[in-house]
Amino acid sequence: MTPSITLLGPQRRPTLDRVLSSLGVEGPVAVVNAGWQEREADDAEILALAGGERAGNLRLFGRWMDVLRADPEYAAAEREHRLVLDELQQLYLIRLDHALQAVSAVAARPDGHANTQAMALEDALAAVRLLDATHVARMQELHAAFYATWRPEERGSIAGHREEVRGLLAAAECLVVAGGHVGDLLRVLHLFHVSPHLPPRLVAWSAGAMALTPRVVLFHDRAAQGASLTEVFDAGLGVVPGVVVLPHARRRLLTDDHPRMSVLARRFAPASCLVLDDGVRVDLGAGGALPPDARLVGDDGRITEGAAA
Amino acid sequence: MTAARLAINRLRSAKPLDAEAVDRFLARHEVPVVEGDRCTFLWRGEADEAWVCQRIVGLPDRIPLRRLHGTDLWYLVLELPEGSRVEYQIEIRRGEHYERFNDPLNEKRSHSPMGSSSVCFAAGYETPDWVLHDPEARPGELRDLVLRSRALGRDAHVSLYLPARFRPTASYPLLVVHDGGDFLQYASMKTVLDNLIHRLDVAETVVAFTHPGDRLAEYPNSAAHSRFLTQELLPELESSLPLVGQRAGRCLLGSSFGGVAALSAAYRSPDTYGSLVLMSGSFVFTDIGTDHGGGPAFDPVVKFVNRFRAKPRCVADRIYQSCGVYEQLIVPNRSMVHVFESAGMQVRYTEARDGHSWENWRDRLRDALSWVYPGPQKLYYE
Repeated sequence: MTPSITLLGPQRRPTLDRVLSSLGVEGPVAVVNAGWQEREADDAEILALAGGERAGNLRLFGRWMDVLRADPEYAAAEREHRLVLDELQQLYLIRLDHALQAVSAVAARPDGHANTQAMALEDALAAVRLLDATHVARMQELHAAFYATWRPEERGSIAGHREEVRGLLAAAECLVVAGGHVGDLLRVLHLFHVSPHLPPRLVAWSAGAMALTPRVVLFHDRAAQGASLTEVFDAGLGVVPGVVVLPHARRRLLTDDHPRMSVLARRFAPASCLVLDDGVRVDLGAGGALPPDARLVGDDGRITEGAAA
Repeated sequence: MTAARLAINRLRSAKPLDAEAVDRFLARHEVPVVEGDRCTFLWRGEADEAWVCQRIVGLPDRIPLRRLHGTDLWYLVLELPEGSRVEYQIEIRRGEHYERFNDPLNEKRSHSPMGSSSVCFAAGYETPDWVLHDPEARPGELRDLVLRSRALGRDAHVSLYLPARFRPTASYPLLVVHDGGDFLQYASMKTVLDNLIHRLDVAETVVAFTHPGDRLAEYPNSAAHSRFLTQELLPELESSLPLVGQRAGRCLLGSSFGGVAALSAAYRSPDTYGSLVLMSGSFVFTDIGTDHGGGPAFDPVVKFVNRFRAKPRCVADRIYQSCGVYEQLIVPNRSMVHVFESAGMQVRYTEARDGHSWENWRDRLRDALSWVYPGPQKLYYE
């Protein structure tokens, strides 16, 4: 059964308690804040917001650390796997840089025949889409090969944790997934096999929301080294189909640069680029449908409500 | 801003222009007096002549101060472009006696192994907040490592920086810093690393601060030094620490002669290092003849740089290169950018209105390190 899903904006001013209350969640709540990494155990506030005594932390980051300590052979293999993935990501970025430069160059051509330019731009974007898609596919191939080789379900240190997590999820009415480091979050969600055991309700924000989508897209136009390439990172759990989630969009993206934002929206089409800024709440409909008031990046690069995008 | 409005000009027209007027003026103004792009340097005392001494290319090394009529106050108005940072001293002559010292009216000091000097912050220059201690930033750890180096024929001391939250199960890129002790002492590099890693600007990185023996022998294109780095230090670190252990995760950093040392080590082992950070590299060269003007210490540098320029070689994937526009080395550095690029290396080149100084190199660290080893900002969505 597909869970009912609510995506939230960043929780700097928490709304989680009110959201859970409005959803009528009264049973056990499982919390994942593994994206906080070593601060995972500083969970008093999030557990209080998630229902107090009804809420329990799945401690996925702590479990992962346990696994790495208990199983050095697996730890070494995972480290090597990470290096391979990083290398693939870097090679993808080199190719992506050129492909996006081509998009910019075509888009910036003055004069010329409008139709010709539009066709060339569409083709340039198609090349970027192909690049993104093949990258995710390659990442998935590498993950599959890794899991096939190291078979975590048969390794005692991992299997035990998986069983515990499965039990906690089975008893939960709702799973809350907080933000943080989206890479580590994805890793532990996969490692502890969360996806097949989701409870009936899901509430997630920031990195947590990103992890639920089919493709996790990283972006930061205001990083220390300047605007960086918006890049596809990896596959998420895929329970929120057809959406690219953009938390902190106004803080992290040059949202007034409409040509740049337009490329972003058109590059990921037909998926919708969903803006999750502070205070936003998006209750997905059946099959993960976005509500009409969801804020999306339109093809013209402007952020508008879904119906107008 | 017109000259007539400068504070020193208002003082000149004060009546009476006496010691009390000067007292009041100095009490009211921070020295040097920065007004737009004009900086008024001041010295107060009895002398036959007085100068501001600095090393800005294009200006005389010593620029005379003028005595304010009827007072013991000396002044010089210099135009300093926005964002400039200038190190200087005051020199005076009393009869046959010359004396040079830091500006007693200015508390700002810059320090280096050669001593200290006064420093003038022109309009628009601000000390970056990330070079100052941040109590929120979790501190990394410095460990001493001593390596018996056959290449150098001495014990090689290394200060090893392990980032906060260091985990043996993780995998870290490596940065090797030439003149490591000076970078730690004069460029606040441990504080900078703690802060930049804490802010997610720079990846969690293991840093090996190396300490030279005779740097004038070891740094200008020394085969022994290169062997030490590549065949001794690197294997030792990669066998004992959880490092990436690949080209992309290895970077050499150096300033001045240290920049030459970094480049020459990569030149001798072109498949080993993914990135270089070359700050104010002493890339002196000649287009014809042998008169490079740098003295004997530069002879091996010039020979190496001439050879490199004649036949550029790809020695790393990426080079971050910087230089101060007030340095003698600005032209050689600008000249090297296209040479590096022509060899197929990606170059990020920046200039600052600064001199050949540790604070210039400190101020470039965020730009350099966040480019070489970008932090995980892009992965965090709180």
